[in-house]
Amino acid sequence: MEKYTVYTPKSIAKLMTEEEQLAPGHRACIGCGEALAVRLACKALGNNVIIVNATGCMEVVSSQLPYTSWRVPWIHTLFENTAAVASGIEAGLKIMTKKGRRLPQDVTVVAMAGDGGTSDIGLQALSGALERGHNFLYICLDNEAYMNTGIQRSSATPYGASTTTSPAGKVSIGQVTWKKNMPAIAAAHDIPYVATACPSYPFDLMTKVSKAAAIKGPAYLHILSVCPTGWRCPTELTIRIGRLATQTGVFPLYEVEHGKYKLNVDPPKLKPVTEYLKLQGRFRHLSEDAINEIQQRVNEEYAKLKEQVSLKLS
Amino acid sequence: MTTKMGIEVSVAIGEAVKLANADVVAAYPITPQTHIVEHLAELVADGELEAVYMPVESEHSAMSACLGTAAVGARTFTATAGQGLELMHEVLYVASSMRLPIVMAVANRALSSPISIWGDHSDAMAVRDTGWIQIFGENGQEVIDNVLCAFRIAEDRRVLLPVMVHLDAFHLTHMVEPITFPEKSKVDQFIPPNEYPLPLDPNKPVTMGGFGPPPIYSEVKWAQEVNLRAAKEVILQVWQEFGDTFGRYYSPVEGYRSEGSRVLLLTMGSFSETAMAAIDKMKSEGKDVGLIKLRLWRPFPFDEIRQAVKDAEVLIVLDRAISFGGPGGPVCSEIKSALYQQERKPKVIGFVGGLGGRDISVAGFEEIVSRGIEISETGSSQEFEIFGVRE
Repeated sequence: MEKYTVYTPKSIAKLMTEEEQLAPGHRACIGCGEALAVRLACKALGNNVIIVNATGCMEVVSSQLPYTSWRVPWIHTLFENTAAVASGIEAGLKIMTKKGRRLPQDVTVVAMAGDGGTSDIGLQALSGALERGHNFLYICLDNEAYMNTGIQRSSATPYGASTTTSPAGKVSIGQVTWKKNMPAIAAAHDIPYVATACPSYPFDLMTKVSKAAAIKGPAYLHILSVCPTGWRCPTELTIRIGRLATQTGVFPLYEVEHGKYKLNVDPPKLKPVTEYLKLQGRFRHLSEDAINEIQQRVNEEYAKLKEQVSLKLS
Repeated sequence: MTTKMGIEVSVAIGEAVKLANADVVAAYPITPQTHIVEHLAELVADGELEAVYMPVESEHSAMSACLGTAAVGARTFTATAGQGLELMHEVLYVASSMRLPIVMAVANRALSSPISIWGDHSDAMAVRDTGWIQIFGENGQEVIDNVLCAFRIAEDRRVLLPVMVHLDAFHLTHMVEPITFPEKSKVDQFIPPNEYPLPLDPNKPVTMGGFGPPPIYSEVKWAQEVNLRAAKEVILQVWQEFGDTFGRYYSPVEGYRSEGSRVLLLTMGSFSETAMAAIDKMKSEGKDVGLIKLRLWRPFPFDEIRQAVKDAEVLIVLDRAISFGGPGGPVCSEIKSALYQQERKPKVIGFVGGLGGRDISVAGFEEIVSRGIEISETGSSQEFEIFGVRE
């Protein structure tokens, strides 16, 4: 498993390590996009790292006592406080180094949380840590609902998706609100680096992780993590659905570097959203009208993003 | 050089944290804790304390940041009060369960609603079972000495537990008192550098805070209980050493003119000072009454309490918190439970008073004692009585 080789273009070949910081044998579901995202992120981060994990899928599948899947230092405490714990780790290491304690240098502090742990319950702690300017990377692993507890809706669940607490019913379409724009909220803190990524674009993801880790100050990476269990899709379609999310414009891959927007994948023509929606059971109840409504919204959001990309910063 | 000066107790706490060489202070401001953290922020801003002052966005994040700083081996201090302590509640359990040595001063404040910034022990009692070592201070000197001892106790390898030092809102936090500060070099010897045994370190990866399935969880919790109880031995050693070094000795339970008294009054925190004055007055009037002061709240000093009250006939306990719908005050309830199986024990009479900053005067304590004696003879229809409430 660890001895695989992969063809990589020369420019990013140095990103790819055969080392696995997240050991095989964890308990993630088959086809889990999140486990893949974390595995790739870890490869980009290397070993000089401390990971702070929120309560959620990753914590549950990787840390059941007395076992651990982590080959790098890792801590989990609570659900909503991940950014605060990470900020403490960063501040603690910094002052002790300054005071002459012999400690490992240039450790990358990485906080990881799900969409609920980020855009709902952990938003305050995240905002505080970003505002204080700690040198850390926050990764939101967005599978668009509380999957670990059984597919309850979060503020990151997309419009029209059926979840256990936003079920599609005779008088409801399912989720009745539009997905909270978490990368925009992060960017509004005027931090040096914000980006979106998806493990369906592994090298784009790894490049962004490396970049975010190297930047001084807070960095925020929002990773769409396809969840076959919660999205009601075949486990072998994880990668394809992730690509369709980008190709349809539902989840564009972009960076905001010091306020400057850049689209990383910009297809000449977006595919219709229905190609993305039809593969997922959570959207199967949607009427043509509803799909049109979603298409309309995606078009608008994508146009807004393109407009931001075209802005020249003085 | 030892220095003695008149100083506000909150400011003095900041000075004690500086003497202890704290690495990080993560805090959120809340009355009446503010002067503590303001002074620490000043000390950091002036370069007098080489530390990070983390002005976090809530108490929940304050304690969470402390988890992080302690987990990498930084000497960690925070302070809070009332609602702030309640907002930290779930994080407090994590600090003790993950064996993270954090020192926190708690400016004991009443809980909403109605909102009250003034003092009582409702906040402390609500976090009674969070697994922290908890020490109550009677005056500024005790608080300052115990902040120093708290770092030493918390970071001791045999302990590795967080410590709360409780001080009453305003009655202590905002008082200017004469405080003796020990010599810096002696404090450095007394509190050696923090050598946290298994910090988060890329050179030696550890997994902290994994999830506990049923076959593991009970063992973890029992180990925690055994560890907290065993910490008492270390606390006693540290207090002994502190006394030998600095000349002020502390014990879990302290008697004041209590020897041989038929009636005993028991208090915690700053009210003990007024209670002592009341005892003096009553003694001078020929009344057979003494005072017991409870300093160590967790781990609970069972032996010391039993020993201190065994010869008395009546023990009157004053609580500054209510356990609603329950047996009255948490302190009284615990003392009753500690004495229940004893052959020789006093009658225990519970009072609740001093809520939300309401003062109890010398005359008030006299009234509590005489009413307590009366109840011990005639009984009461209530589980406990509340003192000084207008009907």
